Amino acid sequence: MYPPEFLYTKEHEWIRVDESIGTIGITDHAQKELGDIVFVELPKPGDHVTAKEAMGTVESVKAVSEIYSPVTGDVVAVNSKLQDAPEKLNSDPHGDAWLVRVRLEDHTETESLMTAEQYQAYLNEEAGH
Amino acid sequence: MALKRTALNAVHRAAGARMVEFGGWDMPVEYTGIIDEHLAVRTRAGLFDVSHMGEIEIRGAAALPLVQLVTSNDASRLSVGQAQYSALMYPEGSAVDDCVVHRIADDHFFLCVNAANADKDFTWIERHNTMGADLDNVSADYAQLALQGPRAASILAKVTQADLAHLKYYWFCRATCCGVEGLLARTGYTGEDGFEFYFSPSEAEGVWNGLLDAGKPDGLIPAGLGARNTLRLEAAYPLYGHELDEETTLLEAGLGWIAKLDKGEFIGRAALAGQKQHGVRKKLVGVEMNDRSIARDGYPVWMDGEAVGRVTSGSYAPFVRRNIGLAYVPPEQGQAGREIEIEIRGRKSPARIVPLPFYRRDRK
Repeated sequence: MYPPEFLYTKEHEWIRVDESIGTIGITDHAQKELGDIVFVELPKPGDHVTAKEAMGTVESVKAVSEIYSPVTGDVVAVNSKLQDAPEKLNSDPHGDAWLVRVRLEDHTETESLMTAEQYQAYLNEEAGH
Repeated sequence: MALKRTALNAVHRAAGARMVEFGGWDMPVEYTGIIDEHLAVRTRAGLFDVSHMGEIEIRGAAALPLVQLVTSNDASRLSVGQAQYSALMYPEGSAVDDCVVHRIADDHFFLCVNAANADKDFTWIERHNTMGADLDNVSADYAQLALQGPRAASILAKVTQADLAHLKYYWFCRATCCGVEGLLARTGYTGEDGFEFYFSPSEAEGVWNGLLDAGKPDGLIPAGLGARNTLRLEAAYPLYGHELDEETTLLEAGLGWIAKLDKGEFIGRAALAGQKQHGVRKKLVGVEMNDRSIARDGYPVWMDGEAVGRVTSGSYAPFVRRNIGLAYVPPEQGQAGREIEIEIRGRKSPARIVPLPFYRRDRK
């Protein structure tokens, strides 16, 4: 279910790192928790984002949720399709509905992120509480 | 304290509902999705478990005088079998709670109140019962299901002999639905035609499944508190704790129509009469965002460079497909059409004041 080539945060974001570019999104678990997503607010290309700090917002009908960047760096691309079709985050959160691409400044930041297997275990543990 | 559960808790969980805490209860917020459920209620029908709602019975020769003292609407105008929207009142003209008062007999009233307020309401009524009416908090004795939507009547007709064609809006009767006896009212909180059925919790599963089965060909689906909230918001019905609280009078909330100042003395009457003469401090208005951002409870409202009020409820509205909200603003600044700004996470988004409600169903 959770792609093995991604890394995951405890706040339910994923990142796929190709060379120095990280593509960031929210996990399937996150979209399920939120329900129908109706609004996405993202940084602009050229903006600087910082690891573990809020870089945008996802809103569902019932809730507002901040998106935290898993890494530090400059935003090089933003998925503009989400502006008019935020519901894509419900249907394809690990694929077509990626949020932003960031040029990583510090690769060691990804070392503290979870693998797919660790993330699944983390979800199971959360569900058990 | 452990969350309270309705008799259908396990049924909701088995159906895959997402559960949330609401008013001390573990309740289903959505099954298939808030938008899907909202649209089902507007175009077909939805079934809600609202067994968390409280019920209070008032009986005896002093029943009417007590109801008249503690509520704002005029219960003396109710015929037996008729219900009215009303409010339990504080002396300041604000609401202890909003409620529906049903007149079961000349000397017997049945109040449906909010889940989180039921104990507070009961204590308040008891405290003012100097005339000796019989009071009962019967909240635990009733399950309550709400069948709502344009197809509600035709679905219900399959499982009851009750004369639905002659059961008018805000009237009720004793009825047997899915083989279970209870109180059947043509009321609701969605802005659609619909019914609310009060009956024994031990029968909850049978009635729930019976209604869902009967409604399946008509596209009936279970609906949760999420859709209940967006539906009531489109219809601009107040929700206690948001549009109504101890600090807000009925007149400020736009509920002057349930404040019958000429019915005789009642708690809060003097305060309301004074406000009617001297004016209100704030006014509830509808707002619509001019961009895609969403106003939420507590967000500041700005006009002409000043923070002048607050949003009390806000959401994407699935049927009218706009981002809407309710907000309090100064009474002299509440005209429809006025451009305003809503402060959202430190940034101001353009919006405007619009007439209420956002949605009104066509009545045949």
